[in-house]
Amino acid sequence: MGEQKAMTIKGNMATAMGAKLCRPNVIPAYPITPSTLFPEKMSEFVADGELDASMINVESEHSAMSACIGASATGARVCTASASQGIALMHEMLFIASGMRLPIVMAVGNRALSAPINIWCDHQDTIASRDSGWLQFYAENNQEGLDLMINAFRIAEDERVLLPAMVGIDAFVLTHTMEGVRVPAQEDVDEFLPPYKPSHGVLDPKEPATFGSFGTPDYYQEFKHAQVEAIEKSEAVIDEVFKEYKERFGREYNKVTTFQCEDADIILLTMGSMTGTAREAVRKLRAKGEKVGLAKLTVYRPFPAPELIKILSGAKGVAVVDRNISPGAYGAVYTDLAGAFANMDERPLLKNFIAGLGGREIFVESFQEIYQKTKDAVTAGEVKEPVEWINMNEDVMR
Amino acid sequence: MSSEMNGEEIMYEVRFHGRGGQGAVTAANTLADAAFREGKDVQAFPMFGVERRGAPVAAFTRIDEKPIDIKTQIYEPDVVVVLDTSLLDVIDVTDGLKPGGVLILNSAKDPSAFDYSGAEVYTVDATSIAVNNGLGTDTNPIVNTSILGSYSRVVGNVKLESIFEAIEHNVPYKLENNKNAAKEAFEGVKGV
Repeated sequence: MGEQKAMTIKGNMATAMGAKLCRPNVIPAYPITPSTLFPEKMSEFVADGELDASMINVESEHSAMSACIGASATGARVCTASASQGIALMHEMLFIASGMRLPIVMAVGNRALSAPINIWCDHQDTIASRDSGWLQFYAENNQEGLDLMINAFRIAEDERVLLPAMVGIDAFVLTHTMEGVRVPAQEDVDEFLPPYKPSHGVLDPKEPATFGSFGTPDYYQEFKHAQVEAIEKSEAVIDEVFKEYKERFGREYNKVTTFQCEDADIILLTMGSMTGTAREAVRKLRAKGEKVGLAKLTVYRPFPAPELIKILSGAKGVAVVDRNISPGAYGAVYTDLAGAFANMDERPLLKNFIAGLGGREIFVESFQEIYQKTKDAVTAGEVKEPVEWINMNEDVMR
Repeated sequence: MSSEMNGEEIMYEVRFHGRGGQGAVTAANTLADAAFREGKDVQAFPMFGVERRGAPVAAFTRIDEKPIDIKTQIYEPDVVVVLDTSLLDVIDVTDGLKPGGVLILNSAKDPSAFDYSGAEVYTVDATSIAVNNGLGTDTNPIVNTSILGSYSRVVGNVKLESIFEAIEHNVPYKLENNKNAAKEAFEGVKGV
């Protein structure tokens, strides 16, 4: 094992270094705040001769994803980065990437969608693409951003999966924040992630073939079913790969990671960088004798329903904190969790909290408030308000 | 130093004030890197959003002996460092500064020339030190590295040697000049 180099780097640099260690062959990208540093750094790595890859400068995110698709179909290892409006613009192509079963990996700086225009953090951009058939990972910190990039390539390229994956790091809170990160040695990543050599046919002028062609009503539904089977198979692959990563690199990843959940009456369910602040809140509440726990969702697609049911079933109440909203319905994680529990006789009371949209802060006190509101609902034995918004500016609302 | 910061409070939160282009962000990053090299956990980040050259900017550093979980921005710093005292008329640099907190100002004046009750005021003529070390000009001095020397002396939770090491990894040129400036600002800070 080579030594893991410790350094302070920004989140975008962490995902870029993670991507570089995976030796991508082609990087088509169009820069957008807050993930601009990713293509900038990848360009530097290529220009400095540190990475042997083709950097493709394109005129839009739609073109970036189109180029990713073309390159990946040839059997190349491909990565890109985007955020917010960029992901919205490539939306059409996201479905083509997953439908063609291309293991492209995208680093995302999770950012709000316009209007009003906003460059700050929430998860609406990737949540809006949750049905695109991509695997989705969310990082709590920069170390996770780097590690998840490496894991994402390995999982996406597994023959049982062959699906694209996105790794989200929160805008500014991670993308622009320097933290201490341990960077694995190249030779160790090479061993963990051998070159991508698809056993299926690839786009090759010498052996012409058609990819992503017409799927009539006679076939389309079976294609979609096969795609769903693939993402279901990824559940076991994710566990295997996370386990091997821990054995090799010492850092543990789970689809859902728990903190103080064993005897908890109330569990907070979080995703992304808010998790750290929530952990701090749990420590403070525990010090006061409150039986509270925390479950962090690292993998959002595939949605880890069995794991969540196992972890959360014993609790009396679960507070699902969504950094996104489906107008006219609920936060996305809440909806999925409610679906997972739909046929269970024993289930905790579920409450949904919308927080942190467009960079609104989520404080330790916010989680204390979320905890109290959930505890009150448990005491009352009913949920009067299924969805509550946290940290609203009442002056603006008047 | 207040007793609170000599051990009881473990996490240090630092805010740097400067103008766009003066290197407040580099100062925050370099301080974090120096503390990280001593085995501490760190975060450093800019004011989230857009920056303009010349406009007031802030940057932040968090330092702790144990892993830092909290992901909010910094609202109640223990230490405030002001790279450009022309900002004192424009913004309240002590906004949120903890009672008994430290205020380090880039100024040739004595600390007694500034009236910030409730704060421990220190001054250092970082502009002269920077210019004498060939870092920028009178009108555009690069004071971000020198003032970190003063931080090390006043706050004491990051060694000057670690600042030197961090300068080597975070400052792209004139390494010796920057390190010498930090040393002079370590020695020359007033109010200690």
